[in-house]
Amino acid sequence: MKINDVILRTVVQVVVFIILTIAIYLFFAGHYTPGGGFVAGLVLASAAVLLYLTYDAEKIKKGLPLDFKVVAAIGVTLALTTGVAPVFFGQPFLNMSSISVPFPLIGEKELATVMIFELGVALTVVGVVMTIILSISEGGED
Amino acid sequence: MITKLMIIIPLIAAIIVPLLHKRFKTIHIGWFVLIIPTILFVMLLRFIPLISSGRTFTHTWDWIPSYNISFTTYLDGLSLLFALLITGIGSLVVLYSIFYLSKKESLHKFYCYLLLFMTAMLGVVFSDHLLVLYFFWEFTSVSSFLLIAFWHHRKASRRGAQKSMLITVSGGVAMLIGFLMVAEMTDSFSIREIISIMPTELDHRLFMPAMIFILLGAFTKSAQFPFHIWLPDAMEAPTPVSAYLHSATMVKAGIYLVARFTPIFAMNMNWFWIVSIVGLITLFWGSFNAGKQKDLKALLAFSTVSQLGLIMSLLGIGSIVYVLGYSAETAIYTQAGFAAIFHLMNHATFKGALFMTVGIIDHEVGSRDIRRLGGLMRVMPITFTIASIGSMSMAGLPFFNGFLSKEMFFEATLAIRHLDLHYAASLFVVVAWVASVLTFVYCAIFVAQTFFGTRDLLPKDRVIHEAPKGMLIAPSILAILVVLIFIFPNFFGKYILGSTMLSIYPNMGSIQEMTPTISAWHGFNTALIMTIGVIILGSILYATRKKWSGIYGVLPEKMTFNYLYDLIVEEIQIVGKFVTDLYMTGSLRHYLIYIYLFIFLVVGGYFVKSNSFAIDFSQNAPVEWYEIILMIVMALAAVFIIFAKLRLTAVVLNGVIGLGVAIFFVLFRAPDLALTQLVVESVTTVLFLLCFSYLPEWKVEKSAKITKLINAVIAIGAGVLVVVISFTVLEYSEFKTISGFFENAYELVGGANIVNAILGDFRAFDTMLEVVVLLTAGLGVYILIKSKSKKERNNHENK
Repeated sequence: MKINDVILRTVVQVVVFIILTIAIYLFFAGHYTPGGGFVAGLVLASAAVLLYLTYDAEKIKKGLPLDFKVVAAIGVTLALTTGVAPVFFGQPFLNMSSISVPFPLIGEKELATVMIFELGVALTVVGVVMTIILSISEGGED
Repeated sequence: MITKLMIIIPLIAAIIVPLLHKRFKTIHIGWFVLIIPTILFVMLLRFIPLISSGRTFTHTWDWIPSYNISFTTYLDGLSLLFALLITGIGSLVVLYSIFYLSKKESLHKFYCYLLLFMTAMLGVVFSDHLLVLYFFWEFTSVSSFLLIAFWHHRKASRRGAQKSMLITVSGGVAMLIGFLMVAEMTDSFSIREIISIMPTELDHRLFMPAMIFILLGAFTKSAQFPFHIWLPDAMEAPTPVSAYLHSATMVKAGIYLVARFTPIFAMNMNWFWIVSIVGLITLFWGSFNAGKQKDLKALLAFSTVSQLGLIMSLLGIGSIVYVLGYSAETAIYTQAGFAAIFHLMNHATFKGALFMTVGIIDHEVGSRDIRRLGGLMRVMPITFTIASIGSMSMAGLPFFNGFLSKEMFFEATLAIRHLDLHYAASLFVVVAWVASVLTFVYCAIFVAQTFFGTRDLLPKDRVIHEAPKGMLIAPSILAILVVLIFIFPNFFGKYILGSTMLSIYPNMGSIQEMTPTISAWHGFNTALIMTIGVIILGSILYATRKKWSGIYGVLPEKMTFNYLYDLIVEEIQIVGKFVTDLYMTGSLRHYLIYIYLFIFLVVGGYFVKSNSFAIDFSQNAPVEWYEIILMIVMALAAVFIIFAKLRLTAVVLNGVIGLGVAIFFVLFRAPDLALTQLVVESVTTVLFLLCFSYLPEWKVEKSAKITKLINAVIAIGAGVLVVVISFTVLEYSEFKTISGFFENAYELVGGANIVNAILGDFRAFDTMLEVVVLLTAGLGVYILIKSKSKKERNNHENK
């Protein structure tokens, strides 16, 4: 049975970008307002899930050639490195530091190592969620 | 500093070498690896003059200062000798392996493991801190495991690897317990400090247990009776590995440990008894069993066991000085210690050469079976020469280094007569002599059965010829050393062995006093007569061996330690499976019951025991009407789930509960949590839908009334507990509150969002580990699903 899902496809094309924007917003907003690495990762994952639900897996693999296991592993590595790295600079384990940097157009912003840590968390969440969902959905085929 | 560098260099190389393997496909990567031990060996050679004049080098690096663990390296005579063996034999073995292993093998793994082993071994001999020593000690077991199982498609390899791992690691754990006892007694982890403190603690009640536990570690590693059974099985490793780990270096770690701890424990006479008696039994048992082996490598394995026993018993005899006190009369016993170290060096040279010749025979002929081999002397003259030099040295015949150390061994056992030990003293001499006769016999079998006789029984499918030149370099160097040490023993004695005496017998005499002059001819004395007796009786026994070989069948299969080991391993698996099957039923409901019961008992039990249930509504904020409605909706959804007829209904109702929680988060002004809850709900719903096709049909539960009742009690109990604790927490004051930190989040970490400040900073350690858990869970799901379909294909491995 072929489902006529023109509406879904059209809507998803637009919606995915909105979701991705929200994910990025949530990621950067996390330090001061609601958001953060974990939620951002989940939102990213839900965008990817939506894509997989709408289009066939082959097409998405071509457009998004990512091995989500590797994504998760990179995430964990990032989180662990930000934790261990301060030790080499004579700081306590997991110590987070930050500097203020003036950016053009958007003014002075704070850059913190917490961001790298949060990025690690986000990547792990995306990677693991997608790994689980994809392997369960593909599991029966091979 | 430079010693630390030497530990780290092989480790770095172990990471780089596998990468090189991809770049240089045409070159055997062994050539790159060869550079590492050679450089280290040259670096160590430069230390010889300094060390032999009595100097030592230490360097400290704080590792975990809060637990007082510092990475202190210590370079003295003993560690220098071992490091020279590790890097020197290491270089030769790598050179040999280049010709032994073809490029088709997974060489990157092989050399990676080999370099890891080198790091571990150098770490063992250089470490001064007990726990660091233990760390490297276990690391040698692990890398040895990997190397033995290098050809892991063979069942025997995996079995041998497992056996060596189980035995040496259990010994290692015993040793750790011993170390902790020593640290408890002396309040120090530094070996050098312990040596100076221990004499005041001889009557401590932990003294004997500590000694026994540490000796267990040394005996398992050095394959002493009855733990020797792992060594013959470890011969499944590629021959370069056997030559390196299981004859020259790793099995000598136990000897190193005994030598290192002699100044700590030898004041007690029991040390002398245990070490020398175990050594003598091993010496005899190894040489006795070597004669019945049909595999050349197994023969060498038992001979290694026996030779290790010899070194061990010499160290034991030498330790008697600590009981008697050092003087001109007792100096003869320090010579036993000297002979131990001397024989250790000799054994590394001749046994390394012998293993390499066996590898050559295996490589060229395709068989190591003594019953089939024969007549190789004409086709492989160089190999024959090396093998004969090695064997004659091992048998203790003149003109080779083994003769010198074996004479010293006889002298040492004879010296025991001067002690007041009655029968025991003559027992030492008798066992030593009998074992030497048996050693002569198996050496004769090794040479004669392989190189003399006919070639009729050999595999016919290949033309046998001498090994390639490259393969002969390493064993030739060792064979030349065997002769050189015989000619110039005092050169080695003065520069390399003398300084080790200061490590085994610190604060006794100077190097010059304790280094004996080794001479090949020292008159027509008892030791020489014993050697002549060995040759005569050995030759007779070899000639008549068919008549007495029935003696090997006397001990029934069920009485051997191998049988005992198999029995234990098998029983552990059976009992383990039985216990696991009791609770791992595969039913999710059972697992949930365990979890809830556990929470109920531990958490609830804690609150009951500390009598801290305190429910007080007076301080609570007023409950609004919409909150009550929301609560009723959620409660109803929860109740309906139980009676749902369709799985889809259950999933939707579960979603209702989840969204209700999200709304509560909004109402109580926790937008972060609400957001997360909403996204989690949507993702889990997708997951649920995906799982539908795998799940069994949704059926009405048909369990007995009593089971249902118990389940209900557990469920209600868990629910009530959570409610009660939620109320109690508001009033709870046992622990210091930490919310003060969170309130000052902006000042402390510069983040206005408290939730994120907690996740990313205050409790970042939790988050970090949670991320790891998440990854592990994800990979677990992936592997479980993928491996299910691959299961049939994997069965070929167990042939």
